[in-house]
Amino acid sequence: MPQALKDYFIFVGRCARETIDGDWRYYLWLTALLCVSLLGLNAYCKQFVEGLSVTGMSDQVSWGLYIANFTFLVGMAAAAVMLVVPVYVYKDETLHDVVILGELLAVAVIVMCLLFVTVDLGRPDRFWHMVPLIGKFNWPISMLSWDVIVLNVYLGLNAHICGYLVYMVYCKRKPAPMWYIPFVFLAIFWAFSIHTVTAFLYVGLGGRPYWNSAIIAPRFLASAFTAGPGFLILTLQVIRRVSSYNVSDKALFMLRDIVQVSMIINVFLLLCELFKEFYTDSAHVASAKYLFFGLHGHSALVPWIWTAMFLDLAALTLLVLPLSRSLRYLDLACVLAIVGIWIEKGMGLIIPAFIPSPLGEIVEYHPTLNEWLICAGIWAFGMLLYTLFLKMTIPVLTGALAPRPADLRA
Amino acid sequence: MSEERACGESCGDMSRRAFLAAAATGVVAATAAALAPLKDITDLPTLEEFLRQHYKELTAEEKKEIMARIAAQVEKKYGVSPRITDLPPIPGVEFAYALNIGRCIGCRKCVYACVKENNQSRNPEIQYIRVLEMKKGSIDVETSSTAYEGEVPKKDSYYMPVQCHQCRKAPCVKACPVKATWQEPDGVVVIDYNWCIGCRYCMAACPYGARRFNFEAPQIPKDELNPEMGLLSNRPRPKGVVEKCHFCLHRTRNGQYPACVEVCPTGSRKFGNLLDPESEISNIINNKRVYVLKEEVGTLPRFYYYFDI
Repeated sequence: MPQALKDYFIFVGRCARETIDGDWRYYLWLTALLCVSLLGLNAYCKQFVEGLSVTGMSDQVSWGLYIANFTFLVGMAAAAVMLVVPVYVYKDETLHDVVILGELLAVAVIVMCLLFVTVDLGRPDRFWHMVPLIGKFNWPISMLSWDVIVLNVYLGLNAHICGYLVYMVYCKRKPAPMWYIPFVFLAIFWAFSIHTVTAFLYVGLGGRPYWNSAIIAPRFLASAFTAGPGFLILTLQVIRRVSSYNVSDKALFMLRDIVQVSMIINVFLLLCELFKEFYTDSAHVASAKYLFFGLHGHSALVPWIWTAMFLDLAALTLLVLPLSRSLRYLDLACVLAIVGIWIEKGMGLIIPAFIPSPLGEIVEYHPTLNEWLICAGIWAFGMLLYTLFLKMTIPVLTGALAPRPADLRA
Repeated sequence: MSEERACGESCGDMSRRAFLAAAATGVVAATAAALAPLKDITDLPTLEEFLRQHYKELTAEEKKEIMARIAAQVEKKYGVSPRITDLPPIPGVEFAYALNIGRCIGCRKCVYACVKENNQSRNPEIQYIRVLEMKKGSIDVETSSTAYEGEVPKKDSYYMPVQCHQCRKAPCVKACPVKATWQEPDGVVVIDYNWCIGCRYCMAACPYGARRFNFEAPQIPKDELNPEMGLLSNRPRPKGVVEKCHFCLHRTRNGQYPACVEVCPTGSRKFGNLLDPESEISNIINNKRVYVLKEEVGTLPRFYYYFDI
């Protein structure tokens, strides 16, 4: 085996060892995540045996919580770009130390996205039909085939960038620009593409007027750049509390600027959409009416969307006020924004497009417990992955994990 | 002092190892428990089914084998020996459908004939045709009801059955990520039930709500199974795939009418070859007041509604 490869395996092995080393809080956290993941796995096994009839979906509402979560998470993954751009394009050093944590989040989140798509499949055993060259890929016609490509490539790009840079830090070598700069710039472009393609998935359907709106892609990006960096603000504070990794307040407040501007754009675009729907008041307003006010006595989503509206507005208010220059209020604003956007983009964007159905039927959608468990399981698994990634990476970044003299000699 | 520390470390190491071993055992046991529901699975695909290629890649020989395999499965499950065919499209034929909106009385005989002909699941219930009871004075489907009951036709209503429109520009075909659904030369949009991955993007794409999903394994009473089957049409479907109206292609490619046309007591349903200028369907399209549903979405359906003047 060549020496370089050997060194690399030693690095991987030592990183892996880091993941089983921690205090009781760490073990408790892992155990909790693992338990929820396994509950989700168990729920998925039931779905695999019974079929998707264990969900609340129907012929009329043929997509539900899984695709809603998928859509939200694609945004979270794309949001890593908001850290990458200042660091690599504008050479701003403020976020330099946290950019890799953002990219790691993107890796974990893309895995969650792929899991959410997989659990939504009626025939997961036929996944290979989607593999280019082996299967029969409807590219470039089907937007879903684009989505498969962009998500997997984005996963690969981020995994490569993180892996390479962390390894270089470990080796105490200066990273060779040709091995990461082109990938970083491609990943910037790609981050926009994953969320745009995911939006086009919906936008391209002429039979669903609620989705057939050019503003969906910009809305997706704006909400993603709110929720993603918002999530990182919270995560980074946890990281600096439980590890020796230094995250400056300055970095957090730079993220605040990003979240603030994105949230303003997000709410503005939402208002544009609402104006177009409700002022025009054409037949196409039915879905939006169902979502916000209920239609013909059916109103399952009304409490959801008003909760989201309240959370969005509260978050926006906090973010634009100087109040959120204090971390406590900033954290609160982030939590409100994340939950608000999760509802708005998930339940608020996916479900209403199916209600009323193209034939005017109103069949409501109520997710089942089994469906919630699968979703919770995937979230927990994603968090578990992210925790492990951080556990492996942070000792390297702080210099606690470096090649031993014995390794160097060998 | 240093000895003490050494002992402390090695003792700590021992208990740490024991702890990790216990944790690993726990994780394995919990995972096994989580996977337990899988033992009840009855419909895992066989290796042959798992590896089967797309319909269009199959040779005539392979198709024959597949049809024999399906026939054997049907016989085992239903105790009926089916005749499975795979009729090719007839050259010079493009099928089209016309429905006389003025005559339909909303009796739903077509719905039930279709269910029976096409071996649709009775539980959970799958029906390809939805009959909309429309309020007179409106063509807005939102004012319609598909769940109407009681004697028909009702005075204030007219009836508009909807099924797959076999669109020339079919959004479902565009949507499918794996080409599991496509348009045949005779205009029928078909589905390869062995290739569909069940993502339901086609259902989101269809402006007519024509596609149905097998949320669980379909159930058909043994004595109601229709043994005349087509590979791309009415042979029993597996769980987790999409299906829809296919103009009864196992019948229509054999010179028969679709089941819904045959059963309609009012003669509201017309079917034929659009490329034959003498056909009844050509005559209707050329001479009656004809419209298509949701013309604005640009799907160019092969399913027309018309009324007499």
